[in-house]
Amino acid sequence: MDGLLWLIPAFPLTGFLLNGTLGRRVGKSWVNVIAIGSVALSLLWVLKTLAGLWPLDAAHIERYFVWIESDILTVPVELAVDRLSAVMLLVVTGVGLLIHIYSIGYMAHEGGYYRFFAFLNLFMFFMLLLVLANNFLLMFVGWEGVGLCSYLLIGFYLLRRSATTAGNKAFIVNRIGDFGFSLGMFLMVVQFGSLEFSRVFAAAQAMPIEHEFGILSLIALLLFLGATGKSAQIPLYVWLPDAMEGPTPVSALIHAATMVTAGVYMVARAAPLYLQAPIVLEIVAVVGLATAFLAASIGLAQTDIKKVFAYSTVSQLGYMMLGLGVGAFAAGIFHIVTHAFFKALLFLGAGSVIHALAGEQDLRRMGGLRAHLPLTFATLLCAALAISGIPPFAGFFSKDEILLAAHHHAAWMYWLGVVTAAMTAFYVFRALFLAFFGSYRGDPHVHPHESPPTMAVPLLILAFLSAVGGFLPVPRFLEPVFGPAGGEHASGLVVVSVGAGVAGLLLAYAFYVARPEWRDVVVSRLGALYRLVYNKYYVDELYAALFVRPVVEGSRAVLWRGMDVAVVDGVVNGIGSQARELGSLLRWMQSGNIRSYATWVLVGAVALVVTLGLVGGAP
Amino acid sequence: MDAILFLVFAFIAVACGINVVLQRHPINSALSLIGVMGSLAVLYLLLGGEFIAAAQIIVYAGAVMVLFLFVIMLLNAGRERTQTVPWVVRLLGPPALILFVSALGVIAYRLLPYRDLVRFGGFTRGGAADVGRPLLTTYVLPFEVTTVAILVAIVGAVLLARKEGGE
Amino acid sequence: MNGVPLAWYLTLSVILFSLGAAGFLIRRSLLTMLMCVELMLNAVNLSFVAFAYRLQQVDGHIFAFFVMVIAAAEAAVGLAIVLALFRYRAAVEADEVGMLRL
Repeated sequence: MDGLLWLIPAFPLTGFLLNGTLGRRVGKSWVNVIAIGSVALSLLWVLKTLAGLWPLDAAHIERYFVWIESDILTVPVELAVDRLSAVMLLVVTGVGLLIHIYSIGYMAHEGGYYRFFAFLNLFMFFMLLLVLANNFLLMFVGWEGVGLCSYLLIGFYLLRRSATTAGNKAFIVNRIGDFGFSLGMFLMVVQFGSLEFSRVFAAAQAMPIEHEFGILSLIALLLFLGATGKSAQIPLYVWLPDAMEGPTPVSALIHAATMVTAGVYMVARAAPLYLQAPIVLEIVAVVGLATAFLAASIGLAQTDIKKVFAYSTVSQLGYMMLGLGVGAFAAGIFHIVTHAFFKALLFLGAGSVIHALAGEQDLRRMGGLRAHLPLTFATLLCAALAISGIPPFAGFFSKDEILLAAHHHAAWMYWLGVVTAAMTAFYVFRALFLAFFGSYRGDPHVHPHESPPTMAVPLLILAFLSAVGGFLPVPRFLEPVFGPAGGEHASGLVVVSVGAGVAGLLLAYAFYVARPEWRDVVVSRLGALYRLVYNKYYVDELYAALFVRPVVEGSRAVLWRGMDVAVVDGVVNGIGSQARELGSLLRWMQSGNIRSYATWVLVGAVALVVTLGLVGGAP
Repeated sequence: MDAILFLVFAFIAVACGINVVLQRHPINSALSLIGVMGSLAVLYLLLGGEFIAAAQIIVYAGAVMVLFLFVIMLLNAGRERTQTVPWVVRLLGPPALILFVSALGVIAYRLLPYRDLVRFGGFTRGGAADVGRPLLTTYVLPFEVTTVAILVAIVGAVLLARKEGGE
Repeated sequence: MNGVPLAWYLTLSVILFSLGAAGFLIRRSLLTMLMCVELMLNAVNLSFVAFAYRLQQVDGHIFAFFVMVIAAAEAAVGLAIVLALFRYRAAVEADEVGMLRL
C-alpha cells in the first residue's frame, strides 16, 4: 500500500459508518459534525493530493491489492488520479460539501435526519470511488453504489408512496443501463482479457478504427447504454424527473451535479475506445442532441418547479453527450463543471423557495417572491443567466464550446442546439418569472421567509461560481488527456447562440411578465402541441403500455401464478408436507412414555438377536 | 453335586426374579432382588469367580440394594395402583419377549455344544489377585475411567437429590 | 455325570434377563423398574462369568466387575432422579412422567 489516495473516499465512508450506527443516538449537531466534517476532510485531502502531484501531467496510480485473480482475468484494486478525475474530484467534493452544508438548514425539521446524512455520505464514498477507479470493475462498484444511494435517497420519504415508487423506477431503469455496462465489461474481458483502463485502451488503439460496426463498436455501444441509464439520456431518461420526489438537496447533489454526470464521465474516460468506434460516437452525439431538444421542450410546459429543473438537467446532460459525441470531450467535461455549479444552484434555490413556502412546488401557486426572498432571487438569477448561456456567466463558455464543436462536426446539430438553447433560456426564466414576479398566488396562510445562513452561504458561493466559473481553464487543463481542442472561435456563431439565449429570455419575459395575454393566445393556437409537451410526449404512458404492462402481466400470469405458486411453492410445500406425512408416521412411536420406548428398544434387540441367530454364529 | 447346587440356586434365582417382577410393593421386590443376587453369587463361585462373588455380595447385595431400600423407605412408596399398560407394550411386549428368549436359547445351544460341562474347580484363576493384576495393568485405563464415571455419578446424584433452595 | 452344561448357565442368564425386561415393561413404579434394570445387568454378568469359565480367561470377570461399577453408579444417579422427581412432581410412577416428549 503506497500512497494515501484511498483516504479520499475513506473519509465519507467513515462518516457513513459513524452516522449510520451511532447517528440515532448522538444529537443532530454531532451528525452534522460527522457528515460535514468527513466531506470537508475529503475535500481538503483532494486539494492536498492535487497540490502534491501538480502539475499532474501523467496519471498517478496507486495499487492496493489484487481483488480478483484467475486464469483469464486479474482485477487489482487501484485508484488513479489524472487531470480528468482531478476535475471530477474537485466538483464532487466541492459541490458536495456545499450541498451538505445546505442540507443542515433544509433538513432541520425532517425526520430521519441521521439517515439522510448517512446516505449522503455513502453516496459521496461511492461517487469518489467511481471517479478514482482505475479499472472498469471498480468503477462499476461505484456506479452501482451511487445507484443504490440514489434509490435510497429518492425514497427517503418512505411513507410517501410516490417517493418509493419513484425510487423503484429509478432503480429499475438504471438496471437496464447497468445491464448494458455489464455486457460491455464481459465483452471487454473476452476481447482484451483485462478491465484496466490502460490495457483496454492500449489494446483498442492497437486495433484499426472501425468504420463498419464491429466488436469495439459493440462494446462502446453497450457502455453507452449504461451511460444513458445513469445520465438520463433517451431512451432511459424517464427516471430522472420522477427522482425529484427525493429531498431537494438530493436532487441537487445526485440528480443534477454529480451522479447523473457519471455516464458522461464514463464515456469521456473511455474516450480512446470511442474514438476507435466513430459510428458509436455519432450515435452518442445524436442521442445527446435529441435528448437535449426533447427534454428542453418538455421543460417548457411543466408546472412543478423541480420538474422544470429536472428536465433541464436531462437537457443539459444531452448537451454534454453531444459534446462528447462530436469529439469535444474536454468541452463536455467543462460543461459538467459549470453545470454542477449552476444546476446545483438552481435546485438549492428551488429548495429555498420550497422551504420558504412550506413544501409548495407548484409554480402556479407561487409568484411575487422577489420581495420576500431577495437573496434567493439574486442567486437564482445568476444560475438562470448561466444556464441560458449569457456571457460572461459560466454556462456560456462551456455551452459555446460544445456548440462550436457541433458546428464543426455537422451544421444541423449546431442549429438544433441553438434552438434548444433558446428553449432552455425560455423555460428557466419562465420558472423564475412565475415564482418571483407578479403577485403571490399561493396559500395565504404561508408567510414566505428567507432561508437560514446554512442555506444562504452555499447559495452565495454557488452563485459566485456560476458567475465566474466559466473562466476556469478546464478545457486547456484537460488537453493532456484528450489532446488539443479542435476548432477556433467563430464569433458569428457565438453571437447566434447568445442571441438565441437572449431571445428565449425576452420571450419568457413577454409571456410571463409583460404580456401574459400573448401566452394564452399561443397556448390556444398550439393546443395539441402544448398538450403533447405538457404530457411529456406521453413517453411514460408509452413505456407503461410497451414494457411495464407486458412485464407486469407476464410476471403475474407466468412467473407468479405459473412459476412461483405452482412450481416453486408447490415443490417447497410439497417437500414440507411430505416430511410432515413421514414424520406423522414416525410420530406415534414417540409417545413420551418410558415403557413404550423400552419396548421399542426390546423390539430392536430382538430383531438384532434373531438376525444374528439366523445368519451368524458357528455351528 | 455341581448339578444339584446349580439347580437349587438357579431355581432360587428364577423364583426370586419372578417375585421381583410380580410383587406389587417395592420393598418385596427389593428383598427378592437380594435373593437373586445372593444365589447368583453362589453360581459365580461355582464358575470359579471368587472375587466376583465377593464383590457381588458386597457391592450389589450390600451397597446398591441398601441404597434402594433407603430410597423406598424415604419416599414411603406404597403399592402400585392397578396399571394401564400402553398398547404398544401390550401388543409388542409379550411376543417380543418370547421371541427374545427363544432366539437367545437357540443361539446358546448352537454356539455351545451340550458336552461343554462346568465343574467346580475347573477355573481357578478368579481370585482377587488374579482379577486385580490385569485390572491394574491391561485394563488400567478403563479402570481409571470408571473411577471418573463414579465421581461424576456421585456429583450428579448429589446435585439431583439436593433440596431446592438448599444451597 | 459330574458337572453342569454351560448352556444351562446361559439359559438361566436369558431367563433372568427376560424377567428383568418384562418387569421393566410391565411395572409402573420407577423404583421397581430400576430394580429390573439391576436384574438384567446381573443376568449379563452371569453370562460374562460363564464365558470366562469356558474361555479359561479372567477377562470376563473384569468385565463383570466393570458392569457392577457402572450399575452402582447408575443406581445412584437413577435413585437421585427418582428422589428429585418425587420432590418436584410427587411422582414415583413412570406414567406420571410423560414429559420425555415435548
